[in-house]
Amino acid sequence: MRCISDKKLSEDMKTSELKMKCHKISPGYGEGEALVSHETICFYLADPKTGRIREKGHQLEGKSVAGKVLIFPSGKASSAVQMDGLAKLMLNNSKPSAMIVQDVDAVLVSSAVLTGIPLVNRLEKDPFQVIETGDFVKVDSDRGIVSVIKQHH
Amino acid sequence: MHLTNDEERILKGEGGEGAQRAMELLVAIGDAFDAKGMIPISRAHAASSGQEGDLFFVEILAKGKAKCKVLTTTNPVVDFDYFQNLINISEEHEEASVAWKVKDYYRQIGAVMSQSCIPYLAENIPQYGEHVAFSESSATPYVNSVIGALTNRESIQTALAAGIIGKTPEYGLHFQENRKGTALVKVECDLKDGFDYSILGQYVGKEVGYGIPVFTGIKKVPTIDQYINLCAMMNTSGAIPMFHIPGITVESRTIDEAFGGEKPKDVITVTSRELKQTEESLQSTSKDIDTVILGCPHYNLDQIAKVASLLKGKKLKQDVSFWVNTSATTKILAERAGYVMDIESSGARVIVDTCIDMFCWNNLRGKTGMTDSPKCAYYRRFGDVRVGSVEECVASATRS
Repeated sequence: MRCISDKKLSEDMKTSELKMKCHKISPGYGEGEALVSHETICFYLADPKTGRIREKGHQLEGKSVAGKVLIFPSGKASSAVQMDGLAKLMLNNSKPSAMIVQDVDAVLVSSAVLTGIPLVNRLEKDPFQVIETGDFVKVDSDRGIVSVIKQHH
Repeated sequence: MHLTNDEERILKGEGGEGAQRAMELLVAIGDAFDAKGMIPISRAHAASSGQEGDLFFVEILAKGKAKCKVLTTTNPVVDFDYFQNLINISEEHEEASVAWKVKDYYRQIGAVMSQSCIPYLAENIPQYGEHVAFSESSATPYVNSVIGALTNRESIQTALAAGIIGKTPEYGLHFQENRKGTALVKVECDLKDGFDYSILGQYVGKEVGYGIPVFTGIKKVPTIDQYINLCAMMNTSGAIPMFHIPGITVESRTIDEAFGGEKPKDVITVTSRELKQTEESLQSTSKDIDTVILGCPHYNLDQIAKVASLLKGKKLKQDVSFWVNTSATTKILAERAGYVMDIESSGARVIVDTCIDMFCWNNLRGKTGMTDSPKCAYYRRFGDVRVGSVEECVASATRS
């Protein structure tokens, strides 16, 4: 987590914005803090109330997806549970604000469409190279643009 | 995506609101995958879960007066007739009412309530070359790879929408060129039973993630339950819509043919070491068990015969429960064959229409469970869990 309390340090801080084209999958606009997972995600194994991933041994175990822009390789697990998982998060206002993936399958796409989560892929640059957890990311699926605001010291 | 006049009319709502919502979802999927148009399907299987996400869409369809256009079967939810005598359903009111409504809405839209997760063996069997829309972990890869029907890895909702419209967007695995292998999986150990295939599936799903594995080193034609386990577990730890075993599964005679002449992107080697490590990673305890759950996915007749032969003449240990999940059609045959009597004389129970991931098992929370299915261990919220072969499950649950 970034926590900058020192005034002098914050004066030195510069922000830069990187805009990239992407491919729209599920429509809409969403923004928030980036949360990067190099592992696939099963949303059924998130706590519906807090959005915390509770899959044992997962890279994101204990971290919350609520309100985040999630960057992950693809969905996984059975054809039912992604939708149940995202629907439970939606009903508890704990769903991610947008999702960026590499590979898509109909399970993840239909779950994102029906729960109203913007989902994109095929970014101009490899999202795992240019986005880090903690960056601020805007996903404009309808216009096919992802913006990454990085904070450099 | 190009739509025909008929499809446009449904999208505008002229076929009713339910059909309109189904078409909207199919169009979104088609656009996401750059489909040029839609193709007819002959059958669908919706892996109904009986939970919130399932209810959300099937309720929209039912209230919008949608009806299935092609045979559409369903997954197990819960056998209310059985469980109402066993647990206090009113204590599980919220989840029970969701499941009850889901089943009711599926009936309203004209789905056939097969309530089986292995419909491709009895209730809804595609043929080679048929275009279908099959969701369900084991069903998608089974019908693609073992049968040679063509389906994408559908969700409940896309399969259901396809069943309502009788069509699906033409993309992905509906084209031969997308059915080629992506990862070479060299099996360098013996696979002796269905349990070994479960562990193999668990390992390969995790390693491949999303793709089409091509297996070498599998010498014998797998049995049906071995195929089912491989399929189900690859879609628990990963997202695998199809696989090849060159010379064995229907769409490739050679490794080269399986890869369509291209080089594999990944090469994975599986020895007994990887299988042992995977099996060990699934265990959270070695202590005495309170319960055994088998039949995730539903046991077929061969598997029921096997567990019947193991339980025959034995008795369960005191305070240990033992459940075998199967489909209604399989149970009828198992009763006629005497298997159900052999199983139930031990104190174990054969139940139908039920998924291990339902509220009816909530009283097992905190208990130590054992199963032969990594998928069951992953989704059923036991306190602690052991995963072992059916022989090991029976040995742990019965008096010596």
